[in-house]
Amino acid sequence: MYVAVKGGEKAIENSQRLLADERRGDRHVNEVTLQQIDGQLSLAVDRVMTEGSLYDRELAALAVKQARGDLIEAVFLLRAYRTTLPRFGASEPIDTGRMAIRRRISATYKDLPGGQILGASFDYTHRLLDFTLAADGERPEGELSDHVIDNEMPRVVELLDRDGMMEAELPADDEPVADLTRDSIQFPAGRDARLQALARGDEGFLLALGYSNQRGFGNTHPFAGEIRVGEVAVEFVPEELGFAIEVAEITVTECQMINQFQGSATQPPQFTRGYGLTFGYCERKAMAMSLVDRSLRASELGEDVNAPVQDQEFVLYHADNVEASGFVQHLKLPHYIDFQSELVIIRRIREQIERNRGAHQEAAE
Amino acid sequence: MTMSATDESAPAGDDEQHRTATIDGYNFAFLDEQTKRMIRRAILKAVAIPGYQVPFGSREMPLPYGWGTGGIQVTASVIGPDDVLKVIDQGADDTTNAVNIRRFFAKTAGVDTTERTKEATIVQTRHRVPETPLAEGQILVYQVPIPEPLRWIEPRETETRKMHALEEYGTMQVSLYEDIAKFGRIAKGYNYPVLVNGRYVMSPSPIPKFDNPKMDRNPALQLFGAGREKRIYAIPPHTPVKSLDFDDYPFDVETWNQPCALCGATDTFLDEVVLDDKGGRMFCCSDTEYCAERQARAAGRARGDAA
Repeated sequence: MYVAVKGGEKAIENSQRLLADERRGDRHVNEVTLQQIDGQLSLAVDRVMTEGSLYDRELAALAVKQARGDLIEAVFLLRAYRTTLPRFGASEPIDTGRMAIRRRISATYKDLPGGQILGASFDYTHRLLDFTLAADGERPEGELSDHVIDNEMPRVVELLDRDGMMEAELPADDEPVADLTRDSIQFPAGRDARLQALARGDEGFLLALGYSNQRGFGNTHPFAGEIRVGEVAVEFVPEELGFAIEVAEITVTECQMINQFQGSATQPPQFTRGYGLTFGYCERKAMAMSLVDRSLRASELGEDVNAPVQDQEFVLYHADNVEASGFVQHLKLPHYIDFQSELVIIRRIREQIERNRGAHQEAAE
Repeated sequence: MTMSATDESAPAGDDEQHRTATIDGYNFAFLDEQTKRMIRRAILKAVAIPGYQVPFGSREMPLPYGWGTGGIQVTASVIGPDDVLKVIDQGADDTTNAVNIRRFFAKTAGVDTTERTKEATIVQTRHRVPETPLAEGQILVYQVPIPEPLRWIEPRETETRKMHALEEYGTMQVSLYEDIAKFGRIAKGYNYPVLVNGRYVMSPSPIPKFDNPKMDRNPALQLFGAGREKRIYAIPPHTPVKSLDFDDYPFDVETWNQPCALCGATDTFLDEVVLDDKGGRMFCCSDTEYCAERQARAAGRARGDAA
């Protein structure tokens, strides 16, 4: 006699115990600490904070550890924690013009006020595996240079702004900022909602979209006007005080893309902006984000919308890796009811065709 | 209706005994009260406009999107400490996802759970409507992956919203007609579109069309939650729900050539179980509770006869 499989409870419990065991790995090897992840896998922590939309290095490191290095799973863990946190309000806009600079480069000017600061970058490394790291990666600590970095460097786009060469930034208004984690997105989406979706969006997805744009699916002729990385102050105005106080200092990466000019017979040509911002050091993401941001402005700038990267619904509905990962993987859940429905229908259609065939043959005989 | 988790920490373990047992640091039924209020407002609007998809600020849940986050949020918003919850997936109480969601609520709300449809005040379901008829006062919460019935015809939300607003459902009718032209019948087995209260075309979620007639004038409140797509919709009790069809090609449901191999039912949706690789298979009720109940009753009768 067949007995239906009793799935559930025990199997789930055992699976989770096995998972915890495999996560720990070989007990003869020291357990990795959150400090080690934060300090030595810091770019993983940065990515998880950015896409998890929560600036907390320790929790992000914990998520990376718990997720066994699966960064999308780590983002999910952090998001599921973030969703339960109470909201005190919105901070003042951060001022990246007053950043303690770690890195600042511009591809549009050879030299500029404040100078080019290369900082720590993979850019000019030769990608050769460093076998000394496999043995003993200890390095002596770096020496401090006496060169002083100007912390009030003008942003490159502001230089263009002054000459009217760059489209003007919209003045700040008192409208509340959109929050996709509180309200469902509506189309056409405002730029605030778009930028939030992109900031939370999957780096790989945005990278591919930005790349498609460079290859001609909606080209925007981008120049990396400026990329800057460093620490900025976060200020908040508590209702009971009525003035701004500094509540935190965070590391961010900002990319300002300068794009093809707009103009007409009456309107003098100007460059247009694409913007990218991430927590921590996520330069590839910030650049891809700024390409996609600019592309999504196609309709407001009167351009044709025909490439995927210009299509708001396509980009914004599919950028979130927590949503995408969940829905793709839900295909693992049982679908035997729907499948049975399909089977019944296909069998019925096949029977019908067989019957029709038989009838034809009889008629022919 | 709700209580704080922090001051009510009951010993772990037998949660059947401790109805208020929840987990430290989280609110009753996981969601904070502000969020529940927002979701209840969306539900009220959905009930007021049967079949209309209400956008809501869906939260990120500790379970993955596509695994029932919409249904969980709806359940979390309507559940109280005295409710009795049943969770099914594919009609069964013991499938892994059903077990997991039931565990979630046992842990975060400490409510009583049951496998008996009759005892439940709230039934959360994925892909089935229970065979046991629901009664007034019960709530059936559906987990919905894609709430938009027109999505396969028009991928754009801006367009489909307009089509609903203008009651422009001709393309849906055409797509059903195309099936008839191609296959000689409407070839939709699950997620078969319905017209609610004569106004909105609605996705019944991927339940088999076998279950569509159960939605019609059902005395229970039917709520639909789509977490990833951030939509809630509803069918209030006793609302007419009609499966789309044509006069000459009327709607029909799946039938099988044999009864359930376990309980002998001839009027239930059957699962097909492959027994070997030589074509051996058997059919049995997908609704495990209904099937077990019938088997128990038959066994009781047999004992009665023997005595």
